[in-house]
Amino acid sequence: MGLLKDRGVYALLSPFLIVMGAFFIMPLALVVVYSFLKAGPYGGILWELSHDAYVQILFEKDFDGNVAFNPAYVEVLLRSVKLAGICTLFCVLLGFPTAYYMATCHPSKRNAWILLVTIPFWTNLLIRTYAWMLVLRTDGLLNHFLLLTGIIKEPLLLLYNDFAVGLGLLYSYLPFMILPIYASLERMDWQMTEAAADLYANRWQTLVRITIPLAMPGIVAGCVLVFIPAIGSFLASDLLGGGKQMMLGNLVQMQFGFSRNWPFGSAVSVILMAIVMLGMMWMARNSRGARL
Amino acid sequence: MSSTQRTAPGFGGIAWGALAFLYTPIVILIVFSFNSSKLITVWEGFSADWYRIALENDDLRRAAVNSLIVGLGAMVFSTLIALSTAIAMHRRKAFRGKQLINSLIMLPLMVPEVVIAIASSSFFTAISLSLGIANVLIAHVVFCIPFAYLPMRARLETIPVRALEAAADLYADPWRAFYYVTVPLLMPGIFSGALLAFITSLDDFIITQMVAPPGAMTLPVYIYSMVRRGITPEINAISAILLTLSMIFVIISYLINQKKVA
Repeated sequence: MGLLKDRGVYALLSPFLIVMGAFFIMPLALVVVYSFLKAGPYGGILWELSHDAYVQILFEKDFDGNVAFNPAYVEVLLRSVKLAGICTLFCVLLGFPTAYYMATCHPSKRNAWILLVTIPFWTNLLIRTYAWMLVLRTDGLLNHFLLLTGIIKEPLLLLYNDFAVGLGLLYSYLPFMILPIYASLERMDWQMTEAAADLYANRWQTLVRITIPLAMPGIVAGCVLVFIPAIGSFLASDLLGGGKQMMLGNLVQMQFGFSRNWPFGSAVSVILMAIVMLGMMWMARNSRGARL
Repeated sequence: MSSTQRTAPGFGGIAWGALAFLYTPIVILIVFSFNSSKLITVWEGFSADWYRIALENDDLRRAAVNSLIVGLGAMVFSTLIALSTAIAMHRRKAFRGKQLINSLIMLPLMVPEVVIAIASSSFFTAISLSLGIANVLIAHVVFCIPFAYLPMRARLETIPVRALEAAADLYADPWRAFYYVTVPLLMPGIFSGALLAFITSLDDFIITQMVAPPGAMTLPVYIYSMVRRGITPEINAISAILLTLSMIFVIISYLINQKKVA
């Protein structure tokens, strides 16, 4: 379009830049600033520079001012990384075959599959997570089913543990894995697999040495798209973990809720954002050519 | 031969299993919203009572109205902002900052929701902005922009240059070409973006919960508070309504977008 002069472009972009600048960039910058301030005695902040908030992640001060290593928050960090990692792994294990099937099924069915995989993404995550509570409760449907079929004698404790949180995460973010892998496979040159067959590669060899490497940009993109929201997720651990299995997202929320330690919550947020940045940089380097 | 090489045994089963995994909880929720029993997970018989009870709940109705106000407001503003951004970004010639803006648009999708939530809420506190439900609206506009933007951008990419050239050949000046060619072809993108922005706003929980002043509850925030107090079939009924609404909107958005550019 030869229609737009430079000035016109910036005029059109100005509403976006103003809104994003004022209500997205500024708040995030404020969080970074808060993370270097002191906590007020009754919540809020004191305008005094300090790195207390970051120190608090690793150490705690007792009443005499002695500093000791405190593993509690490191454990939250590690649990978040562990759960998000396991969730990502299972998303690949489940997502790759699904995407593969979608990409190789009849073209007329592909759009229906895409729609079906996309719909859960657009429906309320809170409600879908809540639905798992109905399934996993001690008097829930899964236990009913298992008791009825005689597989178990006593109801299993399925809710309020790491298993439930992991399952909730897998459920929440599986579409984020399927879609990018599908996008990679759909664009793939399938003649490569035929060439492999001509050279006497069996199906397994073709899959491992041709298809998976060619789908790698999509797999990498999917891993980042799953890992990032999973590590900062709030609902799965809040509802299915019963608040006991805290993740970084819950820790942040708590500091702005009843714990009222804004600098500490901000510091954890900054760490969370740093993890996100690292993930995106990793993706940018490893998934050239992958587009959603 | 090629087809045998492509099909991988067992992958079909996994794919159908994944689909079952994605939909089972949704189906269970909807089925049990029609359960006549007060017990959540024991089926006693069909009844629409929980829907009646849910619809007679005044708090719930207020929350629904709030959700609608915020959702429609966020939809209108984010769609307008995304539209002007998409048109600017569609210009072929590079301009300063184009790449930066490209990443800026995606940023709300990448920053964890909890972080956006606490950032917005402490920012509103810091600048003493307390406009009640309008605070929620402002926060929603920001994270709805990328969802409104993406379908429009994708749509603009598909408009063939020759359509605009044809318009120019017929003596349309650039503005007319834009108005008579680009806009009609872009329309499905605008509609589908607007619908997606609306659903995104309607479904948001964590940001709303942190930003909303007391009394300005939206449906998801209200549902969360109900879940916290204990699970009742009434929650199933409200949830089923909300789920169905979202699904209808996604499908409409999808169908609109399916219309091919001539």
